[in-house]
Amino acid sequence: MTETQNINMIQALNMAIDHAMAADPKVLLLGEEVGDKEEGGIVGVSKGLSTKYGSDRVMSTPISEQAIIGAAIGASLGGYRAIGEIMLMNFTTIAMDMITNHAAKLRFMSGGQTNVPIVIRTMTGSGFSSGGQHSDYLEAWFAHTPGIKVVAPSNPDDAYGLMRAAIEDDDPVLFIENIPGYFAPGPCSFQPVPLGKAKVAREGSDVTIVAHSLMVTYALGAAAELEAAGISAEVVDLRTIAPWDQETVLASAEKTGRVLIVHEAVKEFGIGAEIGSVISEQLWGKLKGPVKRLGGAFCAVPYSKPLEIAFCPQAADIVATVKAMVS
Amino acid sequence: MSNYPKPDAATLLEIYKKAALIKRNDEHVVKQMMAGRLVSPFYSSRGQEIIPSAISVSLRDEDYLSTIYRGTHDMVAKGFPLGIMWAELLGRVTGSCKGKGGPMHLTHPASGCMVTTGVVGSSMPIATGLGWAAKLDGKGCVSVANFGDGASNIGAFHESLNMAALFQLPVIFVCQNNRYAEHTSFANSTRVENISMRAAGYGMPGVTVNGNDADEMFGAAKVAIDRARAGEGPTLIEAMTFRFNGHLIGDAGGYIPKDEMAAAKAADPVPALRARIIADGIASEEQLTALESDFQAQIEAACEAAFAADMPDIAELKRDVFAHDIA
Repeated sequence: MTETQNINMIQALNMAIDHAMAADPKVLLLGEEVGDKEEGGIVGVSKGLSTKYGSDRVMSTPISEQAIIGAAIGASLGGYRAIGEIMLMNFTTIAMDMITNHAAKLRFMSGGQTNVPIVIRTMTGSGFSSGGQHSDYLEAWFAHTPGIKVVAPSNPDDAYGLMRAAIEDDDPVLFIENIPGYFAPGPCSFQPVPLGKAKVAREGSDVTIVAHSLMVTYALGAAAELEAAGISAEVVDLRTIAPWDQETVLASAEKTGRVLIVHEAVKEFGIGAEIGSVISEQLWGKLKGPVKRLGGAFCAVPYSKPLEIAFCPQAADIVATVKAMVS
Repeated sequence: MSNYPKPDAATLLEIYKKAALIKRNDEHVVKQMMAGRLVSPFYSSRGQEIIPSAISVSLRDEDYLSTIYRGTHDMVAKGFPLGIMWAELLGRVTGSCKGKGGPMHLTHPASGCMVTTGVVGSSMPIATGLGWAAKLDGKGCVSVANFGDGASNIGAFHESLNMAALFQLPVIFVCQNNRYAEHTSFANSTRVENISMRAAGYGMPGVTVNGNDADEMFGAAKVAIDRARAGEGPTLIEAMTFRFNGHLIGDAGGYIPKDEMAAAKAADPVPALRARIIADGIASEEQLTALESDFQAQIEAACEAAFAADMPDIAELKRDVFAHDIA
C-alpha cells in the first residue's frame, strides 16, 4: 500500500476509486461530468479515471439522476460494483425512487437472491452561499430507510478508507462528502476503514460530542477552546451514520455522562433525535443531564452570508452549549 | 413489417405453449382469489400473453428481464419456475423470495428474471443498467425492459431511452400498450397516436406492432434482439394489446366501454393462435388438449404444494435487509 501522504479529500477519494478500479475490473463509475472530457467531475474527484479505465467503465452521463442510479443498480444486478455520482445531495431527491424503493429494498424483497453493491457519491454543505437547493444534509431520510448504509467522512484518511470499504461492501452505500471540507489537506494512510465503526477523534472526560462530516472539524475546534476553559470534551466521529456505532457512542456517553450531538442537517427529526433517544433508553440514570442537540435551523439553507452562518451550528455554538451543560 | 422474420412452425407452437401456460396460470390465480383462498394485490395479465411468449422464444436464460407488477406473463414466458412463483404468491417461505416480495417483486435470477417493480416506470432505468452489464460482459446478452403505456409518461422513460441510445446499450424496451393506465385511457393521457413515435426523439428505432399477433410480435422482437446482440443498440417496441381483468382483480372496469371490452375478448389472442395452429396443421386438437391438460396439472400441483408449504419465520424480518443479519 502507498505510504502516508498529506493530501486533501478530493485527492483521497480520487485515489480510493482509482485503487479500487485497478484492483477489481468489476468496479464501474458513472455520473454527470465524471469523464476527463468534462474535466473529471465538478471538483475533480474523477480526474484521470476515464482516461485510465476507458469510457465503458467510466460513463460520463447526461443529467439524468434516475437513470444514473437505475443504471448503477442494473449493472450491480449484473455482477458489477458501480459508483454512481449524484452531483449534489439535493439532487438525490430526483432519484429517490431508485434509491429507496429499489437499491435499498431489492435484497429483502427478493429474499436475498439479488443485492445492490453500489456506492452513491454526493456532495453537500452550507458555506458557499449556494442557497436552499444546493446545500442540504439529508442523511436522516436515508438512515430511515432499511437496506442502505450512510457514510460521511470528516477527513482525507477516513474518506479514502471509507470509500474503499463502501465499494467492497455488498450493500448500497450513500457516501456524503462535505464541500467546504474538500480542500483541507491531512494525512492519508491509504488503509480501509470498516463501515459501522465510529472513531474517538479526541479523548475527554467531561462531555461527549457526537458529530459527523464537517461538524467533527467544528467539534474538535470547540474541544480545543473548551480545554482552555478547563472542560475536557471527547469527540466521537460517527463516520458511518447508518448503521451507527452504538457501542462506541454509548461507551463514551457512559464515561462522560454528558452528550451533545451536532449535525448540520435541520435539528428537527434529524439523526440526533434517534441517537439521543437510544442513549437515553440505554443510559437512563447514568447521565448527568439530558442529551442535547445542535442542528441546522428549521428553514431552507439561506443565501445571505450572516443568515447562512446562523443557520449552521458553529464551533462557538458548540462551546456555549457545552459550557451550559457542564456548569 | 412485411420484411420481419416469421416464426417457423416449431417456433409458433413454442409461442402457443408459453401463451397457453400463462393463460391457464393466470386463470388459476384468479380462481383461487374468487374462491377466497388467496388475498393478494394481483394484476392479471390475461389478454397480454402473446407478447412475452413471442419475445422469449428469441431469448436465452442468461438474457435479462425486468418487469412490473403486471408481469407474471413476462416471467412465465422467460422460464420462471411455477412452483416457487406460486409459493411466493401465497407468501410461503418456499417462495422464490421467501414470501418477502410477493407478486409485485417476483425475482428469479437463474431464469434471468432480475427485477419486478411495483412502481410505474421503474423497470426501465434498471434494465438500462443491466444492458450496460451485458455490454461490458461482451457475451452478446440483452436486457428486456417491460412496461405499460402509462409508464411512457414517466420521466424515467425519457432518461432511460436517452441513456440507452447514447451508449448503444443492448436493451429492448417493450411498451405493452393495453390502452389503460390504471383507469385512464391512453387517449386521455397521451397526445400522440403511438408511443413508438417517441423513439425518433432518442435516436433509436421504434415500431408499433399488434402484440396479440404472434407473427408481428415475434418478428419485431427478433429484429430488436438481433440488433442488440450485434451491438447495434436499443429498440423501442410498442406492442398493442388489451387487459381483460382491469387494473387489478376486483376492478369492476366501469371506465372501459362495454363494446371495447367485448371486442377485445372476442379477439382473445390465445384461442385465436390455438385455432391457427390447428388450421395450419402444426398440431392437432388432441395434441394441444393433451398439452393443456399437462399444463393444468403442473399449475394445480404448484398451487397445492404452495398452500401446503410453511409460512416464513418471523426472524425473516431481520434477514436480507443487509448482507449480514441485523440484531
